[in-house]
Amino acid sequence: MADLAHASVAELGRLLEAGQVSALELADLFLGRIEAQRDLNAFLDVRPEVTRAQARAADARRAAGERGALLGVPLAHKDIFVTKDWASTAASRMLEGYMSPFDAAVVENLAQAGMVCLGKLNCDEFAMGSSNENSAYGNVLNPWDKDAVPGGSSGGSSAAVAARIAPVATATDTGGSIREPAAFTGITGTKPTYGRPSRWGMIAFASSLDTAGLMTQTAEDCALVFNAMLGYDARDSTSVYRPREDYTRGLNAPLQGLRIGVPKEFFGAGLAPDVEKAVREALKDYEKLGARLVDISLPNAELGIPVYYVVAPAECSSNLSRFDGVRYGHRAKDYTDLIDMMKKSRAEGLGAEPKRRILIGAYVLSHGYYDAYYLKAQKVRRIIADEFQQAFKQCDVIAGPVTTSVAFGFGEKAADPLAMYLADLYTVPGSLAGIPSMSIPCGFGARGRPVGLQLMANYFEEAKMLGVAHQYQLATDWHRRVPGGA
Amino acid sequence: MAWEVVIGLETHAQLSTVSKIFSGASTAFGAAPNTQASAVDLALPGVLPVLNRGAVERAIRFGLAVGATIAPRSIFARKNYFYPDLPKGYQISQYELPVVQGGSLSFMVQPAQGGAYEKTVQLTRAHLEEDAGKSLHEDFEGQSGIDLNRAGTPLLEIVTEPDLRSAEEAVAYAKTLHSLVRWIGICDGNMQEGSFRCDANVSVRPMGSDKLGTRCEIKNLNSFRFMEQAINYEVRRQIALVEDGGKVVQETRLYDPDRDETRAMRSKEDAMDYRYFPDPDLLPLEISTDWIDEIRADVDSNGLPWKVASEYVSRYEMAPSVASELTGTREKSLFFEKACIRNTDTDFPIALMSDLVFVRRVANWVVGEVSRKLNEDGGEQWPFWISSQTLGRLVLREHEGIIATKTAKELFNEFWDADRATGSCRPPDEVDAVIEKRGLKQISDTGEIEKIVDQVLAANAAQIADYKAGKDKAFNSLVGQVMKATKGKANPAQVNALLKRKLG
Amino acid sequence: MALSKDDVARIAHLARIEITPEQAAETLAQLNDIFGMIEKMQRVPTDGIEPMSHPLGGSQRLREDAVAVTEADDRERNLRNAPEQNGGLFLVPRVVE
Repeated sequence: MADLAHASVAELGRLLEAGQVSALELADLFLGRIEAQRDLNAFLDVRPEVTRAQARAADARRAAGERGALLGVPLAHKDIFVTKDWASTAASRMLEGYMSPFDAAVVENLAQAGMVCLGKLNCDEFAMGSSNENSAYGNVLNPWDKDAVPGGSSGGSSAAVAARIAPVATATDTGGSIREPAAFTGITGTKPTYGRPSRWGMIAFASSLDTAGLMTQTAEDCALVFNAMLGYDARDSTSVYRPREDYTRGLNAPLQGLRIGVPKEFFGAGLAPDVEKAVREALKDYEKLGARLVDISLPNAELGIPVYYVVAPAECSSNLSRFDGVRYGHRAKDYTDLIDMMKKSRAEGLGAEPKRRILIGAYVLSHGYYDAYYLKAQKVRRIIADEFQQAFKQCDVIAGPVTTSVAFGFGEKAADPLAMYLADLYTVPGSLAGIPSMSIPCGFGARGRPVGLQLMANYFEEAKMLGVAHQYQLATDWHRRVPGGA
Repeated sequence: MAWEVVIGLETHAQLSTVSKIFSGASTAFGAAPNTQASAVDLALPGVLPVLNRGAVERAIRFGLAVGATIAPRSIFARKNYFYPDLPKGYQISQYELPVVQGGSLSFMVQPAQGGAYEKTVQLTRAHLEEDAGKSLHEDFEGQSGIDLNRAGTPLLEIVTEPDLRSAEEAVAYAKTLHSLVRWIGICDGNMQEGSFRCDANVSVRPMGSDKLGTRCEIKNLNSFRFMEQAINYEVRRQIALVEDGGKVVQETRLYDPDRDETRAMRSKEDAMDYRYFPDPDLLPLEISTDWIDEIRADVDSNGLPWKVASEYVSRYEMAPSVASELTGTREKSLFFEKACIRNTDTDFPIALMSDLVFVRRVANWVVGEVSRKLNEDGGEQWPFWISSQTLGRLVLREHEGIIATKTAKELFNEFWDADRATGSCRPPDEVDAVIEKRGLKQISDTGEIEKIVDQVLAANAAQIADYKAGKDKAFNSLVGQVMKATKGKANPAQVNALLKRKLG
Repeated sequence: MALSKDDVARIAHLARIEITPEQAAETLAQLNDIFGMIEKMQRVPTDGIEPMSHPLGGSQRLREDAVAVTEADDRERNLRNAPEQNGGLFLVPRVVE
């Protein structure tokens, strides 16, 4: 059933509505595809009978007269969202086999819309990483080139959608963890405004940055699923108190007269030529469609990396303290006393990257260093955020590269954490400001690996941003390309 | 060398909300372990805190009661450390910007030597934070059991400037604070249940010095008696140490009441780096002036203990110590008022409601007999097993001379015990019914008493002679005989007066 | 700001993570690289700039004081991932005051 496997969420919704396929058939189809592409290692927990039960329930709801664009459409969840019916591990040994007593808000919302969960997706441990090489359960492969990383931390989510073993996948973005893997795997990855999706049930990494989002085949699919996924949640104090909206409302806005800001700092020496070429081609396409390119400057955007690598570790060093072997999670077998039990449990349960970030975080918060590091970083963060506001006075959206290069090979950067961190150069500023941003495929670079175009909009302008992406996707077909074998 | 003692107190008052500060679990005391610990309290992966309005409201109420500034904007911070009863590995507290800033508390101190004096203590701040769980050590070999029911209970941490200069002052402050938090209804003050816990920071310095000495913190003092003993011990220990040429080491200590000594805690908490930073899961707490004004109106209408006591003193010429005891709890002062000045019993003579002598008589009854019964039952928080109106009626009859004081007290005890057993307080009319039924009326008819006095005097010439010779005991014996002759029903005051008059 | 071996040991203890001397040495080198990069940020003038704790600002919403009976009493479900428990209590090595 090649057609169904490559069908978008919008198309699947229409087919289900028309009675041309059932939720159960779709579930079986994708469960089969997941199995057939096990080598990608995109999934961590698949429970076919649980999925089928959800599918049958969706079919029953439709039979009872319920309607909905997402009713019966399959999806998969990044293993950062806790679920009652699948294990929730955050790709860590610390939470091996952990069964949450509650579902994340994002999981609840999409289940309420009738979506059928195919299972939990692999990622970098505790969402920390840019290549999915930090999972305790093995690397995820890039479906376009299995010697290449799929990106991270949402590598399982991006690989699954790129390989079409799930039509859509949830993901999270803290410093680029949706946009970068989407760019590396040639799909559409969208991070909404911070606080727009609820963080209830999202295993916390960096609380002031973590944002739930989606990996989809198209901007239109993203808008459809955002309609069910995003909204105020009283259980999350940082959740934005704003009425729900229809994210599809901006899809058909014409590009004529749209001002696209192009930050000159994003096209500096660090950008690989093959990526620059594809991105500039995409910008020319936008001009042909009626948009106008405007030169803008984000002078302090390059400080985003040092700021991010102070703020995020500081917050995560504290967020990960709950993993102490007392109430749940891994506890060491041998220890001498209470402190030893905690030290060994954490040493054994946590991987190298979480440990590294915890140490950085503990240091920058420690007595005598707080002002020079954490407080300073929060001030520079405001400078960066303010620069975006200045920029948006001159343009409607900002566009540029997502990554400095196409997907790199396994092991290429893993040995050098700093090199890995520097790869987040273009995504981190948007994260620090909390503005919505996304990556859409715009071509291929070295070794046939995909290139992504980054779009950024001002707070709460997801609908506009998705419209700008959608218009490009109407005029081009990068988003329809599928790797061989998928 | 004369030494000055410098003490600052930190009090953790558990706020009387029904749910926890950051979760919807119940705060009720005594539940089975971990049955009042929600996912948020257990710090399960993915949970988030949401702030309880009732906790904030109580903090504001406290701030207004002590004349502090309510911060229009305050921040929650994470205090990071590892402990098994601290589920998140950090405590949500407030650090640089607390909700209540400044304030003061004034109270009377009655030292062992010297006269009573008024003392005012400046408060540094009061802030909101969450309580930790409990570790239980008894039943487990080499292990501890962790119960997180208490984790997340809201606390108000109240910090004084180091203004206290003796254990007596510290205890007087703590008692005043204890009565205040109960009066304004923010904390039940139950020290056995851990609702009100004090830590004392104690240091010494040469008299006249303005430099602070190294201080030690004595933690978890949960009774006023232990507080006094602990501070006194610690002061002696520090003075002895320094006089011996040693130096006080800054450390945290615990008081052992069995040995009457403080000892250092094993965990080196003083070396702890808490890495405070603003909690990113919570937004700044903003309190509007409207809300503060609303609460202020409520606080003012309920009065404050020292203000009410002051009014009792000025309006009813009450002794300050009686007024102070009467306002020990709001319940007591309301009970007192409803028994006299605001008595709604329709059979109660209105004129007496403002009769100073009567009012003071009722006051003495409340701080005397009523308080005694409460303490016997278990303490000030226990129920009153007599209604204010019934007490009013009883004291009225005593005041009118209809029954003797002795009789009144006996009836009071009887009513209290019986009504506690049945669980329901009898109405005021019962007082008169019992007096009537049992013929308890005093004989107050002067004529009648005079007759009997004359009889007794006639029959006791020897006693009269003894009395005239200076033996006061003889007088009492004559009084006793009159009382006996009247079966105890003669009004003793009148007997005394008549005898004195007749004996010259 | 270069870290020393003692710094690594101190923060590993603060963070309750057991770390071998080899791991500490490797971590030290990596951390110093990272802190070298972070230094760039420290040179930016920030006088008069308010730190940004939350991207969208705003103030804390308050929840009505009421008991939510939903999962609070479900001890069995909340404790099922416990490494060691007895009688509804989480068991840990003896806590020493």
